[in-house]
Amino acid sequence: MTETMTMAKALTEGLRQAMTENPKVMMMGEDIGKLGGVFRITDGLQAAFGEDRVVDTPLSESAIIGTAVGLAIRGYRTICEIQFDGFVYPAFDQIVSQVAKMRKRSEGAYTMGIVIRLPFQGGIGAIEHHSESPETYFAHTPGLRVVSCATPHDAYWMIQQAAKSNDPIIFCEPKSRYWEKGEVDLHEPGLSLSDAAVRREGTDVTLVGYGSSVKTMLRAADAAASEGRSLEVIDLRSIAPLDIATVEASVKKTGRLVVVQETPHLASVGSEIVSEIHRRCFYELQAPALIVSGYHVPYPISRLEDVYRPSVDRILDGVDRTYAYDA
Amino acid sequence: MQSDQLVQLLSPEGQRVDHPDYVSSLSGDDIFGMFRDMVIVRRLCDEATSLQRQGQLALWAPSQGQEGAQIGAGWALRPDDFAFPSYREHGVAWCRGVPPADQLRLFRAVSNGGWDPYAYNYALPTIVLADQMLHAVGYGMGMQRDKADAAVITFFGDGASSQGDALESFVWASSFNVPVVFFCQNNQFGISTPSSTQFRVPLARRADGFGFPGIRVDGNDPLAVYEVTKQALERARSGGGPTLIEAYTYRMGAHTTSDDPTRYRIDAEVELWKHRDPIERVKALLTHEFAMHRPAVEAVEQEADRLARQLRDDVLAMHAPDALTMFDNVYADPHPLIDEGRLDVTELGLGGGSA
Repeated sequence: MTETMTMAKALTEGLRQAMTENPKVMMMGEDIGKLGGVFRITDGLQAAFGEDRVVDTPLSESAIIGTAVGLAIRGYRTICEIQFDGFVYPAFDQIVSQVAKMRKRSEGAYTMGIVIRLPFQGGIGAIEHHSESPETYFAHTPGLRVVSCATPHDAYWMIQQAAKSNDPIIFCEPKSRYWEKGEVDLHEPGLSLSDAAVRREGTDVTLVGYGSSVKTMLRAADAAASEGRSLEVIDLRSIAPLDIATVEASVKKTGRLVVVQETPHLASVGSEIVSEIHRRCFYELQAPALIVSGYHVPYPISRLEDVYRPSVDRILDGVDRTYAYDA
Repeated sequence: MQSDQLVQLLSPEGQRVDHPDYVSSLSGDDIFGMFRDMVIVRRLCDEATSLQRQGQLALWAPSQGQEGAQIGAGWALRPDDFAFPSYREHGVAWCRGVPPADQLRLFRAVSNGGWDPYAYNYALPTIVLADQMLHAVGYGMGMQRDKADAAVITFFGDGASSQGDALESFVWASSFNVPVVFFCQNNQFGISTPSSTQFRVPLARRADGFGFPGIRVDGNDPLAVYEVTKQALERARSGGGPTLIEAYTYRMGAHTTSDDPTRYRIDAEVELWKHRDPIERVKALLTHEFAMHRPAVEAVEQEADRLARQLRDDVLAMHAPDALTMFDNVYADPHPLIDEGRLDVTELGLGGGSA
């Protein structure tokens, strides 16, 4: 049975399932109770589960994560909402020094059942600090897992899988896609939390991305098809760890790779994928793997964000550049 | 407005002091028990310092001078209470039953923790200042939801009081009426930084601004520390919310074995605090009020020596674990980069019994 819903609604319903299944699951965040969160993702959940389980917190991100650590030590599982990507940095120390390292430090005694929901990426015309892509900081940290949903179906299931995980999860939600609808299969989750998904099969060039870039890549593949080029589109879903085998299999078929991401290029998911693919597919590559990314500038004023964010045109330009090496 | 006066029940000379709000409830046997604990903890601390000087520990953070605060607070805890330490609370760890050798696993660099926190209801050391204060508040929020008849206590120092997490933990504890006791050992220095750089008025006064009681206690008087902490824990357990305790004490030794306190403080100050030693004042009380004789003291000292020898043997028997253990417990579930790392170390012959 499938149902059509927005990603926002799918997250709400996924959270409701997670809360219903396990009474130890809690949620903490700013404005998540009566208001339902600034994006209304937790709409109605405090009314359904009470103020002890859906906690409107003081406005202190470090404390949202730090107290979630203490709750985890006590056996609770907290799904934390950080209101916007650019507000996660006050909690950076608790995430990197405590959440990520507690299992190791305690030789397995502590389980950090913590999900940190992070509305990320741009595209909503917001002011500064509301459109960033901080996933790389967390992907770089051993002990954390970083995932991103790109469809309502994945939003519904991945948030439930994250709530059950015994490892801490940074859960990146592409806020510009919150209001786009899609089919959700309410019975079959499909993939596990760490698998990539091939969203469109193709033979000429592999496109790889995550979050909001997935839809853009699919549009680029449509446009390329009308010009006779067949693009394969992979939605990474998991940023850390990477399902590099799925990318590798694709590139061994196509011989060309373009990674698409909003975050700047330096030391990023894209650069990691390019490095791995050059190692694994050295003899199959027809051209160097390329990255289409945000530029190395602070996220720009929103009047310029369409230039900064990878667009269909910039992705197709990247595809063209992989053909520039043909003899 | 709360009083800046230190709660004191025992003078530095070992004389009883009357206090309007607190009366010592401890028997002669109890006080002797505290004396024993303080002597042992100091002796073990000296042994750890020696072990570090002999190259057997990577580092040691001595606690000399702070035994009164730590043993007094440790005695006030019940088994079901949970404590979140910083990294210098060797006396509290002793009271919670953590084996001394396990406390040194961190400093021997064979673990980043050292013991099972659930076995002693005593969390692992936290080195990043004040981080553990938020963990304590979160744990207390869990206790509230479990309707537990218990409280949580967290230890921090005057230095940590300037961290944002310390202040955020005060806000949260107050807003949610969390059953937590914030126990500050104001030992007057954060490495070289004097507490006058951390606060211009007594730290305990801060509690007033957050809406809960702040109490200053003579940290070198374990009788007073015990009563103040016991009352604060009881208040927390019965739904009264948080309390901030500022235990005014002095770090007699260095910050750690890597520190040189002679560069930032004067000998006269150290001499002054020697006269306020928590062990000496309890010894004086036991001698004149409970007729403790030299043989009883010698028996405690011999027990402490025995434990110190045992500690030395245990530490010397700790060896670096197999390199492959580096990859254990990073994640609960399988992870490809962990598998990759294990394989690499094994193939290079650096671990897994192939070295």
